[in-house]
Amino acid sequence: MINNTAAEMSSALAKGEITSVSLTKQHLDRIADVDNEVKAFLHVDTERALAQAASVDADRAAGKALGPLAGVPLALKDVLAQEGVPTTAGSKILQEWKPPYDSTVVAKLKAAGVVILGKTNMDEFAMGSSTENSGYGPTFNPWDLTRTPGGSSGGSAAAVSAFEAPIAIGSDTGGSIRQPAALTGIVGVRPTYGAVSRYGLIAYSSSLDQAGPFGRTVLDTAMLHEIIAGHDSKDATSLNVPAPAVVAAAKSGDVKGLKIGVIKQLQGKGYQTGVLARFNESLETLSSLGAQIVEVDCPSFEYALAAYYLIAPSECSSNLARFDAMRYGLRTGEANGASAESVMNSTREAGFGREVKRRIILGTYALSSGYYDAYYGSAQKIRTLIIEDYKKAFTQADVLVSPTSPITAFKIGEKSEDPIAMYLADVATIPVNLAGICGMSLPAGLADEDNLPVGFQIMAPAMQDQRLYNVGAALEAALVSKWGGHLISKAPALGGAK
Amino acid sequence: MALSYDDVIAKYEPVLGLEVHVELNTESKMFCSCSTTFGGEPNTQTCPVCLALPGALPVVNAKAIESSILIGLALNCQIAPYSRFSRKNYFYPDMPKNFQISQYDEPICFDGFVDVEIQTDEGPKQFRIEIERVHMEEDTGKSLHVGGATGRIHGAEYSLLAYNRAGIPLVEIVTKIVPGTGKYAPEVAKAYVAELRDILRGLKVSDVKMEQGSLRCDANVSLRLIGSDVLGTRSETKNVNSLRSVERAIRGEMIRHAELLNEGKKVKQETRHFQEDTGLTRSGRSKEQAEDYRYFPEPDLVPVAPAATWIEELRAQLPERPSLHRKRLKEQWAVPDKEMAAMINADVLDIVEETVLLGADPTKARTWWLGEISRVANEKDIAIADLSITPKDVAEIVALVAASELTDKLARQVVEGVIAGEGTPAEVVAKRGIKVVNDDGALMAAIEKVCAEQAETAEKVRNGHVPAAGALIGAVMKETKGQADAARVRELLLGHLGQATN
Repeated sequence: MINNTAAEMSSALAKGEITSVSLTKQHLDRIADVDNEVKAFLHVDTERALAQAASVDADRAAGKALGPLAGVPLALKDVLAQEGVPTTAGSKILQEWKPPYDSTVVAKLKAAGVVILGKTNMDEFAMGSSTENSGYGPTFNPWDLTRTPGGSSGGSAAAVSAFEAPIAIGSDTGGSIRQPAALTGIVGVRPTYGAVSRYGLIAYSSSLDQAGPFGRTVLDTAMLHEIIAGHDSKDATSLNVPAPAVVAAAKSGDVKGLKIGVIKQLQGKGYQTGVLARFNESLETLSSLGAQIVEVDCPSFEYALAAYYLIAPSECSSNLARFDAMRYGLRTGEANGASAESVMNSTREAGFGREVKRRIILGTYALSSGYYDAYYGSAQKIRTLIIEDYKKAFTQADVLVSPTSPITAFKIGEKSEDPIAMYLADVATIPVNLAGICGMSLPAGLADEDNLPVGFQIMAPAMQDQRLYNVGAALEAALVSKWGGHLISKAPALGGAK
Repeated sequence: MALSYDDVIAKYEPVLGLEVHVELNTESKMFCSCSTTFGGEPNTQTCPVCLALPGALPVVNAKAIESSILIGLALNCQIAPYSRFSRKNYFYPDMPKNFQISQYDEPICFDGFVDVEIQTDEGPKQFRIEIERVHMEEDTGKSLHVGGATGRIHGAEYSLLAYNRAGIPLVEIVTKIVPGTGKYAPEVAKAYVAELRDILRGLKVSDVKMEQGSLRCDANVSLRLIGSDVLGTRSETKNVNSLRSVERAIRGEMIRHAELLNEGKKVKQETRHFQEDTGLTRSGRSKEQAEDYRYFPEPDLVPVAPAATWIEELRAQLPERPSLHRKRLKEQWAVPDKEMAAMINADVLDIVEETVLLGADPTKARTWWLGEISRVANEKDIAIADLSITPKDVAEIVALVAASELTDKLARQVVEGVIAGEGTPAEVVAKRGIKVVNDDGALMAAIEKVCAEQAETAEKVRNGHVPAAGALIGAVMKETKGQADAARVRELLLGHLGQATN
């Protein structure tokens, strides 16, 4: 039943119509069939997944109380530490590293009985928008295998889009969940900063990173969201407030009387025609459902990309300093008489990819004495202005919306030699990260010019994540009924090589 | 030609700056729950956080914040209503994250002062040392360089890394520049560090053991011509691990600087390492090209914002300032200046106070700790605190003497027994069968015996030559194996020989 939703799988498991072992096997078979084409997984954890499924089945047989997603398989972005399972963050510098501990997200998944199928590919240390920056080769978009699935959580998005898993975990620092969700025709949510623990999430940019859920439907995504959210005393930036009731919101989906703000700065020039067409259609749909569409002005968003590319590299230059060959991971250059310093240099030279090095250098420079105020300092000021823009906009609207990505999935290699063009892929998603608020991308249809998925982005204030699901569910229901099924059902068949 | 200290101070004025690092005695580390116990097997007190495993995050130890605020309050500082941690970025193998979490431009405490007093030939002199800031940070691990001749990294065959210390909470107390101490600079610095140590000990926030590194002092020294208001170039001396070394290091640096300046050379701005054996410093890394630490606010931590009510609660808990405390004890106990200084120098003031609080007479308590017990400690070459005798034991012994159940002489035997590990004073008394002969009948028998043996002396006393009684009392004491109360013996003896007892 791999084509079903997670909610349907959950119900079938609860009714005893299928076992978790069987469901897990079906997904492992699917992975075996298509992942040689998609390359979503870096590590398929067959044994552990089956053991976990068997344990959930045994608990169910014993009549134990189980959570709604118990026994449902999931794909995990390789940025999250899982005890005893290779965790590389897509980098050669962590090849073969097996964490001695579980990240809080993984601990919560395990406690909820979610079956972890394996670790998915990603741009190295989550730096990228195409998954081409992985130290282990790119992931391919299931809609068109010559194209990227977006990134950095491209592996997780592709796995869900290719029916290798019904749900997945990604992380979103500048759009790394929402942009690949858009490019692969699925739903992805970046929760409010601090809503999901970062403990065990390998840091790229600490003040921007946030793990979040992928699903093929708004409800599936909400069910996963609810499992991973919540306060964690191991993360000082974790918010100690009640988690928003996202599943309830995803089940209601009513926009009547809601004000929906269209951000003036996130449309127009640089946005593909088909993207804007689907975006505007979605607005009309929301309007027909009783929502009031207003335009809001966020003038500082113009500087968001520039601010992001100072703050994120600055933090990463420091976060990635720990990869020094002393305690774990790759170690090269260990000749007789080699100093610790030369081993560190040689290992970092060999272990980090080009984009990671570029950002470390950028960040080191931006934090340097004499440049700090001009670069890091100014970027933080822009960040404050963006927060102010959102604050004002949220007085005029309940949620804000924009296209998730200005373009549909691009060709492998198309932008890999032009970092600025690649950075522009995140122009509409980055403001959410800078402000620490939450955002969702859900399918808005296919662009006429290339028949590729377009993502519709919804943004809500901090800890108002339920608003994303409320609006998302309403829009999804209307579009699905118009299309006669979920957009993902229109994806081309895979496994043709077999 | 080596300059004398007098030559130096005749021409130059020293300017000091002192940075003291204090290891807090919290049970767990600054940012994780690992134990901070000293001396564990290497790398047994570590976890994903203090080893900087990928994904691990720091969480601030609330107890460390409390200790830091207490320190700030005790040093008359302002407490910041909002302060942040920053990252100090530099690569070093024993620093797991390759950055240190520290407070940079927003310390938790700032603008305080400490008053110190030193004894001079012209009487006691007071100095006010102004505190620039008190901030929190974490300690690094330790590197052990193996195979080289020097134990330093150069020439070593390999290095071992131990991370138990990585993440131990540190508080750094930084003074403003300290001018105006003149020839007393080394003593003022020593007195300042001693005062800090006493304050911290009183707060119970640190073990303050300089020899174990829980209190470390970096001394910045510069010289300027007397009358000049331009600061000279400073050197920073590290590795100063005792109060005495603070004084020696500063004196040595003053002389070294003066020699350079007199020869028309420049003092290099650099870190220097103090060497205990020679009392001199050697050059460490040069600070001419200041390292760029790329400080920025630690994004993994939220700002420290202690509630004003909490700060006031802590202020109310502050113990008496050591200087006031000393003054009060001196008055209460009516101790002469010299004796007070002796107790401070021997570091027995706290222990004497504890003994007094357990009911002992202050003079008796002081006499025991400063006298017999200090003597044994010196003999064994260990600290008094490391002897197995406690204030409770001494208070018990003083009480036994007061109750005439022990004589001073017997009491010394009991002290000896307690130190030897024979048990509590009561147990030692029981085991050794020590007891005062209180039975007047037995004493009279001894007195009669002695008077018979020394009839001539007894006759002298009988004829009014009372001082001669001493020899007889001594003999009686000997006869009773020291277990008699000498005062009672004297009383009985004089009565026996027809003399008044006063």
